[in-house]
Formats: sequence, C-alpha cells, structure tokens
Amino acid sequence: MFIIKNVLVGGKVANVHLIGNRVSKISYDKSEDTSNTPSFDGKGGVLMPAFIDMHVHLREPGYEYKEDIKSGLESAVAGGYSAVCPMPNTNPVTDNQYIVNYIMNKARECKLARVYPIGCISKGMKGLELAEMASMQKEGIVAVSDDGMPVASSGLMRLAMEYADGLGLLVISHSEDKELAKGYVNEGANATRAGIEGINRVAEESMIAREILLADALKTRVHIAHVSTANGVDLIRWAKAKGIRVTAETGPNYICGTDELILDYNPSAKVNPPLREESDRLAIIQGLVDGTIDCIATDHAPHSMSEKSKEFATAPFGISGLESAFSMCYTELVLTGRMTLDRLSELMTTNVAKILDIPCGEIVEDGLADFVIVDESAEYIIDSSNWYSKGKNTPFNGRHVTGKVMATIVDGRLVYKI
Amino acid sequence: MRKHLLGLEGMSRDEIVEILDTADMMRDHLDKGEFDNDYASGSSVVNLFFENSTRTRTSFENASKFVGANIVNISVASSSVTKGESMYDTAMTLQCIKNDIIVMRHSIAGAAHYLSKHVDSHVINAGDGQHEHPTQGLLDMLTMRRHFGRLEGLTVAIIGDIKYSRVARSNIIGLTTMGATVKVFGIKTLMPAGIEEMGATVCESIEEAIKGSDVIMGLRIQLERMQSGQFPSVREYHREFGITADRVKLANANAIIMHPAPVNRGVEISGEVVDSANSKIFEQVTNGLAVRMAVIKLMSEAK
Ligand SMILES: [Zn+2]
Repeated sequence: MFIIKNVLVGGKVANVHLIGNRVSKISYDKSEDTSNTPSFDGKGGVLMPAFIDMHVHLREPGYEYKEDIKSGLESAVAGGYSAVCPMPNTNPVTDNQYIVNYIMNKARECKLARVYPIGCISKGMKGLELAEMASMQKEGIVAVSDDGMPVASSGLMRLAMEYADGLGLLVISHSEDKELAKGYVNEGANATRAGIEGINRVAEESMIAREILLADALKTRVHIAHVSTANGVDLIRWAKAKGIRVTAETGPNYICGTDELILDYNPSAKVNPPLREESDRLAIIQGLVDGTIDCIATDHAPHSMSEKSKEFATAPFGISGLESAFSMCYTELVLTGRMTLDRLSELMTTNVAKILDIPCGEIVEDGLADFVIVDESAEYIIDSSNWYSKGKNTPFNGRHVTGKVMATIVDGRLVYKI
Repeated sequence: MRKHLLGLEGMSRDEIVEILDTADMMRDHLDKGEFDNDYASGSSVVNLFFENSTRTRTSFENASKFVGANIVNISVASSSVTKGESMYDTAMTLQCIKNDIIVMRHSIAGAAHYLSKHVDSHVINAGDGQHEHPTQGLLDMLTMRRHFGRLEGLTVAIIGDIKYSRVARSNIIGLTTMGATVKVFGIKTLMPAGIEEMGATVCESIEEAIKGSDVIMGLRIQLERMQSGQFPSVREYHREFGITADRVKLANANAIIMHPAPVNRGVEISGEVVDSANSKIFEQVTNGLAVRMAVIKLMSEAK
C-alpha cells in the first residue's frame, strides 16, 4: 500500500491509493486517515500520467562520458518521465538483439524509468541493408530509426517501411537530405549575419514529403521525428487530411527557440534539425494545438562540456532536454493560454503511448501507477548545472519558466521527488 | 576605442570615425616614411593565424612595428584545427602567455567572439570564417573616404562571391552605418539568404549594380566554387558576370575600383580594370597598414 496524498485529480483534492503498481482507490474524502500507510504528500500539485519520451539519446553503450543509462534515467524521472525510447546511434550502434538486450538489462537494474529501445533500420546504420528488426523486437524494441544518419536511399526506406509494418514496428524518420544539409544552422538571415553556413529547410521537408508519399503508396505507417519547419507541418497536415498513416513529433527546442539563439555563437544552440525562424515556431505550435503534430519528444542529446566548448562549427549537434521539457512546454503552451494542461498531457503522454502501443499511467481504479506530480505555479530559472543528466548543453539556461515537476512515480514506486 | 574589435556590427558612426581619423594620421606617417613611431611602445601583440594569410599577417606585423609594439607570430598547425582542438584550451594558453592584443584569423565564424570571452587581452578579429573581417571593412572605408572626402551618400556596389565573404559582411555593416548605400550582386549560387536584412540592396544583374555607383568592389571568386558546381566555367563567369572595362563605364564619373586582393585576373575582374587609372587596389594595401596601426594605437591607449 502507498498513498499519494493531497494531489489534484480532475481539479479536486484527492488521495490516490496504490497497491503494487496499480491504483486501488481514488479518495476525495478530506478527513481520510492516512497516517498508518506509507505516503507522499503532493502538496496540492496536479497528478498526471507520467510523461513518455519517444526520442532520447542515452549514449550507452559507447559514449558513457556524454551520458549513460543510469544518468539518463535519473534525468528522465527528474523530468517527470516514466518511460523513454533511446535512439540506436550508440557505439556500437543498436542494430542487433544483443545490444538491445544489454540496454534492457542495464535499464532494469536502474529501477527508474522504463526503457523501450529503438533499433536501427539498417545494419551498422549504414543505409545499405535492413537490420534484424524481428530479432530486436523480441528483445524489446518498439520502433526502428536510423536517427542522425537518415536513410538516403528511397529504395531501402521503402523496404524498411514494408518489412517493419509487417512486424507491427513503427518506422521513425529523421527526415534529412544530407546533400542539402551541409551547414550548421538554419539557412536564413541570421545564418548570413553570423557568417555560419546554413542548412536549407528543404533538407527536412523533401524527406518528410518522401516518407509521406511512401506511406501512402505502401499503406504503411511512418512517424516523423523532430518536425522543425512550417512547411513540414503543412505537409503532415495534408497527409493526415488524405488519410495517410503518418504521425509526428516536435520538441521543446522548436517550441521555445529560434535561430536568434545562434547569434552569440553559443555551441549549445547547435542542434539538428536546426532552430528555425519565428514563423516556423508559431506554425509548430499551431500544429500542436490543432493535432497535426501528435506529440512532444525532447530529442535529449547530451554531450560533454569539452565537446560543446569547441568552436561552433566543430561542436557536435544536440541539446540536452529531459529536465527542462515540461517547464518549457508548460510556459510556452499552457501559461500562454494556447492549450490546456490536459492537452499538454496528451502530447507528452497518452498520444505517445498510442503511437508506440505501450502502457501509460492512468488515474482510474486499476490504472497503471506511472505518475508525475507538477506544481503549476512554481517559477524558476533554468540552470543545467543542477541537472542529473551528464549533458549540461542547453541554450535555454537562464530562461525564466513556470511549472515544475515535483515527483515521479514509476510502477507504483516513488522514484523522484524534488 | 572599445575593448575588442570583433566586427563592425554594433559599432557606432563615432567609433568608426575615430578609427578612420587616426588611420589618416597613420597614413601621413607612412607617406612621410616615418616608420618608428612610439604610440604603442610597451605593448605586446600576438598574431594568431589558424588560416594561412601572409598578406594580412604581414600587414599586422608591420603595423605593430610601425607604432612601436612588440609582435610575435604563433603559427598554428592546420591539422589541430581540423581535429577541432578545443578553442578553450587555446584561449587558456594565450591567457597564460601575457600579451596585450591578440590578432586572430580563424576559419570558423564566431572564433574571435569565443576567444574574447575567455581572455583578458584585447582581441582583434582578423577574419573569422564567413562572418566578419573588420580591419578590411575599415581599410575599404578609409580608401573611399580619402578619395571622395566622405562616406555618406556614396553608392557602393559589391560584386562577386557574397555568400562566403566576410569582407562583404563587414563592408555592408560599416558602410550602411556611415550612411552609404550598398548594392550587392552575385550569381544566385553565391548569394546568402536574407542579405537584404543587413541593409544591402540586392541587384538582379551586374549592370544594375554598377550603374550609378561610386565604388565598384569586386570580391574574389575561388576556383573551388566552380569545382563544387556553383558555376559552370570561368569563361562563362567572366563573360557574363565579371567586372570588365565595358561594364565599368556604367558607373558614375570619378568612380573607383576596389578589391580585397588577391585578384583573379580574368575571373571576377579583368586585368585591364585592375590596372586602370581609377583602380585603388594597391592603395588599399597601404591603407590596410594605416588602419591596423590605428587600431593597435587606440587599443594600447585604452588599456
Ligand atoms: Zn534525429
């Protein structure tokens, strides 16, 4: 028995009783005596199903100096996440069942957030032949992607979408035509002013168009990762109107940031796809509001300080983001009145669970006890030096945000409290 | 003079005028053969060139000597740059070798900004990637001002590889700050997105750019741009988009020809135009020396 005391459920103060990893009772009785049961006082915070992040980089195996499974999962639960999907660009890459098994075992030992790995589309992430998707699926992958090394060959992408669809595996496309993406920041006036080589937006949009048309022709699903441009949103909107089975994510970086952030050459603002323009940012928010974009994923990409203290052009791409995601999204989407907290919860949790066909927390009797408690009125300044993640790389340090994760419960266990 | 000279962006008219006025004075010294001035005696200057440029490095070297400063050259093996050696380590090393002014050339935009945040010394950006080359912008403005007696109201046409040019950016920023009109023309594969937001007027043809201009500034077309497919041939480039004697006739009477050098004769500009009476291309080199003397003098006084 465990009681989550004094939390808001549907706007009312409640005590949520757990037995094991399930909700046993939701009590709105204020005079309830809970003194004899282990409990956690939510202090009037809002209880929500814990978030699920379908796009993170945990860096293990291979790049443990950037992040490892343990530090990544500590960061995840501190961000209010009960589950994360690590991308396969590890070293060696996650293209076979043995590495999937290694990740699953490591993650289980941590007893923090759940891990649903994503396997490679192609062997060695080389874009030449399909990886052993079915074998990896038996060990626990829920999707395939060559994130970061996009599948250039349309022929291979077609085969991947067909083969994965037969297994019920989702194909996640990091949509990028490398031929058009030889720069470091969004191609536009700010890149020109800074004198940094730009990445044309068509690098992303042309590949989104390709994936959508393949999904249409093959009658398969496809998921578009980290949508960053206005035309990208429009392409997905068009596809959905036609009934094409496409889903899409964007992230806090694109909801909150633009390429103004590159003007002081802070390598922490270097991310792929790059931070775009204000008109893109607004189109992405509109896509989240109207349902064109299904969910929010962080693309948590931790790097070491020494890598990110190189010159802009030589520093690696990526922003660390698990621990700032909720606050950034709450501030930009809910506090501004663009959407309700319930809608944000769909974007950060339930829609993700649906896309991946995995369980998520449910605040009902017998519901899975994967929860986050958030304080909607807490205000603070983002400071990555306090993060659990090894990756302190974020251009959002110093931002004033509202909304804070107070505690996270995974599988009925309190795994994080502030 | 501000602490660092990282770019012309953000500099006021008064700040630019202060440097140009001082540079005029330095130019007088040069013309009189006075090379042993002591404006910056006791100052130490470090030339830190991550990219090869004998011209600019030598110009800074002589400029330092002619105002009485000590100068040392640190040549950085190009291999450590391609390996992405941490700028932070470089900065820390420089911080420990005591010096007053660091002159840095680097192939990456923002490198001088980065350095300036980590050292106590003054930093002069001697060119950072495609970003800025402020002393070049200043020497170009000095050349124009000495010829026309003013910058305000001049029309300057910048022609050639605008996309990869730090010289174009520094000139656009500096000249518009000083009240000149800047027109730019480049073939579309060598034009950067949104350049008009920096205050330049984008022209559709080289003729449109030159017509009515007081200054025709050519920018170097690197042959590697042809190898990467940005234009089909030198022959076509020169014929269709080069600065030729015929096209120069469209400019205002008394117009001058400028180029940051080295010049590719017969590519972006014809040899005939380079050698013509109204060419200031070699004059620019002397003015470069004067501008760098002025900057080192002013920085030494500011310490
Ligand atoms: Zn990606």
